Amino acid sequence: MRHTISVLVENKFGVLARIATLFAARGFNIDSLAVGETEDPAISRMTIMVKGDESVLEQVTKQLNKLVDVIKVNDFSDIDYVERGLALVKINVTKSNRAEIMQMVGIFRTRIIDVSQDSMIIEVTGDEEKIEAFIKMVMPYGIKEVCRTGEVALARGGGRQ
Amino acid sequence: MEKTGAQILIESLLKENVEVVFGLPGGQALPIFDAIYGSGLNFILVRHEQSAAHMADGYARSTGNTGVCIATSGPGATNLVTGLATAYMDSVPMVAFTGQVSTAVIGQDAFQEADITGITRPITKHNFLVKDVKELAKTIKEAFYIASTGRPGPVLVDIPIDVQRGKCEFIYPEKVEIRSYKPTYSGHAGQIKKASEIINRSERPVLYIGAGVVVSRAEKEVLEISVKAEIPVTNTLLAIGAYPTDAELALGMLGMHGTYCANKAIQAADVIIAVGARFDDRCTGKVCDFAGKAKIIHIDIDPASISKVVDIDIPVVGDAKIILKDMSKQIEKKERKKWLKQINAWKEEHPLSYEKNDNKLHPQYVIEKISELTKGEAVIATEVGQHQMWAAQYYKAKNSKLFLSSGGLGTMGYGYPAGIGAKFGNPDKEVIVIAGDGSFQMNMQEMSVAILNEVDVKVVILNNHYLGNVRQWQEMFYGKRYSHTCLSKRKDCPPLCNTPNRDRCPVYIPDFVKWAESYGALGMRVTEKKEIESALKKMLETKNSVVLDTWVEIEENIFPMVPAGASLDDIITRING
Ligand SMILES: Cc1ncc(C[n+]2csc(CCOP(=O)(O)OP(=O)(O)O)c2C)c(N)n1
Repeated sequence: MRHTISVLVENKFGVLARIATLFAARGFNIDSLAVGETEDPAISRMTIMVKGDESVLEQVTKQLNKLVDVIKVNDFSDIDYVERGLALVKINVTKSNRAEIMQMVGIFRTRIIDVSQDSMIIEVTGDEEKIEAFIKMVMPYGIKEVCRTGEVALARGGGRQ
Repeated sequence: MEKTGAQILIESLLKENVEVVFGLPGGQALPIFDAIYGSGLNFILVRHEQSAAHMADGYARSTGNTGVCIATSGPGATNLVTGLATAYMDSVPMVAFTGQVSTAVIGQDAFQEADITGITRPITKHNFLVKDVKELAKTIKEAFYIASTGRPGPVLVDIPIDVQRGKCEFIYPEKVEIRSYKPTYSGHAGQIKKASEIINRSERPVLYIGAGVVVSRAEKEVLEISVKAEIPVTNTLLAIGAYPTDAELALGMLGMHGTYCANKAIQAADVIIAVGARFDDRCTGKVCDFAGKAKIIHIDIDPASISKVVDIDIPVVGDAKIILKDMSKQIEKKERKKWLKQINAWKEEHPLSYEKNDNKLHPQYVIEKISELTKGEAVIATEVGQHQMWAAQYYKAKNSKLFLSSGGLGTMGYGYPAGIGAKFGNPDKEVIVIAGDGSFQMNMQEMSVAILNEVDVKVVILNNHYLGNVRQWQEMFYGKRYSHTCLSKRKDCPPLCNTPNRDRCPVYIPDFVKWAESYGALGMRVTEKKEIESALKKMLETKNSVVLDTWVEIEENIFPMVPAGASLDDIITRING
C-alpha cells in the first residue's frame, strides 16, 4: 500500500541527506519526495510517498522519529488530507491533432504554458490520480518529456499535523 | 573574554568533566592540539585512530561515562569509522571530534578532506559539522547530551580549521533543549499493568536481558522481579554480569553459542520479558521459530527497537530501571516448582562442557582459571572469535561493566584498545584482554600506549594459530576446506592443507614473547595445561603489561552452537551429536 508521510524537520543542511540515507540503508524506495519551508522558516516539511506493508511503514516512521533533526512524523493514511503535485508534460503536436489536445486541456482543467510548431508544454496540477490520468490520455499523441514534482500534502481542517 | 574555537573545545571538555581523551593529531587539528598543550586535559596519544575510538568505547562501557576521542581530518577521521560503528551497534556513549579543512575549501577535494559527517551518518547516533565558532559550545553541549541520553550512542563533531581558529565569547550552556529530541523515560502505566498481568498469569516466563539493563543500571530491579516471581533469566553477550551467574535462576547466555538450557527455555516459554535487548539474530536464530509459544513483552528506551525483528505483544517504551520499579509493585510473588524443575533438568542434560580428562591445553580451561583466580572481579575485554565466546561462556563476571566485547559489529581489533581504555577509567581494577592470535594482531601496536602510560593491561592470547572461528565454520559447513584461515601458512605449504600440526607446521610468527619484550612488557608462553595456573598467577602479580601466549588446542570448537539461520531448537551440543 502507498503511504503519504509528512515529516517536520529542522531546516538545516544535511537533514535531507540524513533522511535519504535512512531510507537507503533499509532498502526502502522513496516514490516521491517534496521539501520546502513551512510557515516557520526554521522548520521544513517533507512529504514522502512510500510503498510498503504496515510493518515496513511502522519501521520507517519509527526510524524517522529516531533522527535527532526530525520534529514530527505523520502518516496521512488514516486521516483526511489534501494532496497536490505538479507535472509539466511536453507533447508532440501536429496541425491535425492540435484542437483535440486543446480540448483535453480544457476537460482536465490544465494549462498550456508553451507552444511551438510541433510541441506543447502543459502544466497539470492535482492529486496523483489526476496527473496519472492526464498523462495516460495524452500518451497516444507521443510524449516527448515529463517532469514531475513530488506530491505535497496537508491534513484537512483547522488542526496542525 | 574571547576564546578561539580550539580553546572553547578544550574548556568545554573540562566542563563536561572529561577524565581522559584518546587521539592523534594532524594538520587540520593543529589548533586543537595547540590548545591541549598545557591545558591540563588528560590526552592519550594512540598509534592508530581506530584504537582511539575503541579506547574511548572501553572507557565508556567500563565506567558508564561518555568516552571521548579526537582525530584529524581525512585519514584520521576515516580511521575512526570502525570504532564509531562498533560503538553505534552496541549503544555506547561516545563523542568523537575531528578536524576538517577550512570552510572556504570544503567540497574542493582539499588535501586531507573527507566528508566525515556524510561517511558516518549511518553509524553515529547524530553528527555535526560546525561552520561557525559561535555555534561550537552549544554543539558540544548537545553532542554530550545526545550521546549519553536515551539509547546512548556515538556522536561526531566535525570542526573546520578556521572554526578552530575563529574567536568568540565562550559561554558554555547550562542546559540543553532540543525540540526534536526528547527520549521517553517513564513507561506507559497501562502497558505496565498489562505486562504485569500477563506475567502474573504466566506458567513459564523467561526474562531476556540485554545491554539496556546495564545502561540503565537496572540490575537490582531485574534481580528483584526474577526472585519474587521465580522467573529464570537469560542474558545477551552485552549483559554478561548483569545477573548473578551462579544463581539458580540464571540460564546463562542465549543464542548461537548460548547455553542449552537458555535456548530450550526460550523455546518453551509462555511469556518472554525482553529488557533492553534488541532481538539480534545471534540471539533469536531463525526469527519465525523464535519463542513460538510465548507472548512477548518488550521493555526498551528505543521505540524503533519494538517489533523491528520479532512482533511484540506488549511494548513498554522507556527506561528499564524506572519501568521495572513500577512493574515490580504489580508483580505477584509466585512459586514455579514445575518450571524450575524443567530448567534444572535442561541444565543437567547439557551443561557447558569440554574435555577435562586429558592433558591437552583446552582454551576453555584457560578462561576457567582466569575466572577462578580473579574471582570474576577483573574487567575482561575480548577480541572477536572463538576466544570471545569461550570467555562469554566460562568467565563468571561478578557484575556488569566488567565484560567488554564487540557484540553487534563483531570487531576484531576491539579488545586490546578497549581494555587499555577501561584501565584508564578503572586504574584499581585488574584488566585482562582475552584475545585470539588473529584479532590481537589488528591493534597490538597500542602496547606503546600501555607501556608509556604505565597502564598494566594483561593480554591472554588463546593462540590456535588460526582465524579459529572462521576455521570452525569451514570445518562444519564447508567440508574442512580451510581457505585462508591458517595464520602460519607459508609460501611452500601444501595449498590445500587442512591438517594442522605444531610439530610439522612452519614456525608461528610473530613470537609474541619476544614482541612483548621489545616493548619492555613481560612476555610468557605456555604450551602445557599444567603450566597455566602458575603463569596466570605470575601475570596477575606483575605490575606491568603482560602478554601470556597460550598455545591451546588448534582445532577446538565452540559448543553449543545454533547454526546461522537455524532455529534455537536445532542447537548442536557437539560435533556429530
Ligand atoms: C575486522 C574483522 N574482520 C573479519 C572478521 C571475521 N572474523 C570473525 S571471527 C574471525 C577469526 C578470529 O580469529 P582469532 O582472533 O584468532 O580468534 P579465534 O576465533 O581463533 O579465537 C574472523 C576473521 C571480523 N569479525 N572482524
